[in-house]
Amino acid sequence: MNLEKIKSDIEAAVRGCSVQLVLNGSPCGQHSLLLDREHAFEIAKFLRDDPELHLDYCSNVTGVDWLDTETSEKVKVKQLVDGVEQEVEEVRKTRTPGYLETIYHLFSMEKKHGPLVLRLRTEDRSDRVTLPSLTPVWRSAEFQEREIFDLYGIIFEGHPDLRRILMWDEFEDHPMRKDYVEPNDYEYEPTPHDAVLEKSMRAGAVEGR
Amino acid sequence: MDLELKNELSRQGIFTTTLEELYNWGRKSSVWPLTFGLACCAIEMIATTMARYDLARFGAEVFRPSPRQADLMIVAGTVTKKMAPQIVRLYNQMPEPKYVIAMGACAISGGPFKQGYNVLKGIDRYIPVDVHIPGCPPRPEALMDAFIALQKKIEAQSLTGADRPPHLNAEAPSEFIVPQYGAHDLEPSKNVKLWNIITKSTANGSRAASENESGKNQIRY
Repeated sequence: MNLEKIKSDIEAAVRGCSVQLVLNGSPCGQHSLLLDREHAFEIAKFLRDDPELHLDYCSNVTGVDWLDTETSEKVKVKQLVDGVEQEVEEVRKTRTPGYLETIYHLFSMEKKHGPLVLRLRTEDRSDRVTLPSLTPVWRSAEFQEREIFDLYGIIFEGHPDLRRILMWDEFEDHPMRKDYVEPNDYEYEPTPHDAVLEKSMRAGAVEGR
Repeated sequence: MDLELKNELSRQGIFTTTLEELYNWGRKSSVWPLTFGLACCAIEMIATTMARYDLARFGAEVFRPSPRQADLMIVAGTVTKKMAPQIVRLYNQMPEPKYVIAMGACAISGGPFKQGYNVLKGIDRYIPVDVHIPGCPPRPEALMDAFIALQKKIEAQSLTGADRPPHLNAEAPSEFIVPQYGAHDLEPSKNVKLWNIITKSTANGSRAASENESGKNQIRY
């Protein structure tokens, strides 16, 4: 699939949308399209109904949690030290705020092509976590979007039945988020090691070594 | 009764027994399990009841669809935290005498899903288990072995005295706390009366000694 062409097709069909090409540098080279939240629903409808693409099957929807990242780089800066100008190395830190992401894998049963990978990103990972639901376009996304809502906490606007699917309704956490803290019920571990050893020591099951 | 005399009498065509033996023989020969399965272990449980392995030979062919008519709960499969309260409620609804077989790695400890956020780390956290079967899943032979072990256990129960079975002991509880869905975990996350394993605060002396004291199989409450 020629992503550049699909991108320009989308931009021609949906006015005012912004589509970004996300390149995958790994050997599989499965590049993807990053859609903007406002136009994602219309773009999805276009991808499904366009006679050339006709991506009628959404095989997989999944979520990714991207934490805030901090990158540091060393920069040489000229500074006055004791009246003499010297080159001093300075570490500059840049913080990139994290976000939550959903990924859709689309195929065309009729044209026998695919997958086209779509990405949607939330504004942040705390309170602005709303994305448009693509369930009205591809029915097969219904349960998987519910699962992402359950495990990542992304709210899908326009989903017909957005409830938790794996955990109970009273549950408050989102277990697949990277900062999820699980309940510590490691009090009985016959052969603890690595992370489990740490957890069971915190639970008091194993004597400190 | 003297065993020699009993054998001598039976050679003469006279059958003697005790009420206890007769009672336990009747109970062990008609243990009716509750019809329910949770995961892949249930497939093995179904296979055990079918013609090739034929659990009916041991008097357990009648899988009851209601807990009110069942004697045995075979916890066959992964117990998720979402399912655990329902299982405890089903156990509570079974009439005494009642027994539990925890079948497979998941039911006894959480198994391969032990570290998961949604899987209960063993059903013996909430209900007393009589026989644990390891395996993933256990073969039908293993389930039959567990069933025979349970029959032996029933056979050995004396009807009077301090170690009488719980259904003859008014003090012994037959219902256990049904956990509630909490904000982060089930509440309580275990029944401390059942699941009293050693922790750092209670562990004095060797681990083996304290494990013998609170062996999971023996205690009923």
